[in-house]
Amino acid sequence: MLTFLMTFIGVFLLYLLMVLGTGDGGTFGYLFHWEELVAGLIISLVAAAIARTVLGKAENTKLFVRFPLFLVYIPVWFAALAKANLQVAVMVITGKIRPGIVRIEPGLKTNLGKTILANSITLTPGTLTVDAFDDREEMYIHWIKVKDTKTMDERIKGVCGSFAGWARRLAE
Amino acid sequence: MDGWTIAMIVLLAISIFFILLGTIGLHRFPDVYTRLHAATKTTTFGSIFLIAAVIVYGAFRLTEVSGDNAGSFMHLIGMSIIALLALLFTNPTGAHAIARAARRTGVEPEQAVIDDYREVK
Repeated sequence: MLTFLMTFIGVFLLYLLMVLGTGDGGTFGYLFHWEELVAGLIISLVAAAIARTVLGKAENTKLFVRFPLFLVYIPVWFAALAKANLQVAVMVITGKIRPGIVRIEPGLKTNLGKTILANSITLTPGTLTVDAFDDREEMYIHWIKVKDTKTMDERIKGVCGSFAGWARRLAE
Repeated sequence: MDGWTIAMIVLLAISIFFILLGTIGLHRFPDVYTRLHAATKTTTFGSIFLIAAVIVYGAFRLTEVSGDNAGSFMHLIGMSIIALLALLFTNPTGAHAIARAARRTGVEPEQAVIDDYREVK
């Protein structure tokens, strides 16, 4: 039921966003015309009934329930993205790199958590996910400026920063 | 020049600066993995500011025009947001797919000080 609701809300919001400003209905287009809302509701209900098992896996509902936390996560992620870009800018100009592929075990069990972590660290300082697995907890990360680390905890800290904790809070 | 124009110029300048750096990095870095670093991060960041400039332009025109034509600029803003969301999801995923495909086909990372992936079958 929660998966159905999640897919329905997602599809309906996307529909409203696409309707926004279309036609000759003034500033907001047909957005606030009841015919359009009814059509959107019907299409969203049908789409949600068909696609709920695909888009809304049971484990993904956690992100839906923790939506406020996700809104807090966005500025944190954006700050890291800005830092990553300045770092790449410095590397492009100076040419000082020390690349390598490292293995980390962030201890995430769900696919959603792994996806969030993998995509987040691809866009954040110096790291790029090379491989992740469905059935194993380890991930392989290409690290553009390898720091020497002794323990796995230090290495996770160096590669992910605060993102391992964020992925755990969002998805597990 | 009014505030809207200055805001647009600043956003476009930031975006062009980072996309240009990404392009230089693409030529300067030694192998496919380091090049992907330059290509994904900077283009994502640059595109966020590029789309922000489009949204500012849409909002600016919304304050000017009224009546039936105003809808088209609202539509522009809505479509830009959808484009941004699509970009934010596909860019890191695409980079990950390229890196994984390269490693699976046996492309070695150049100048690497460590390569844990060697032991994976």
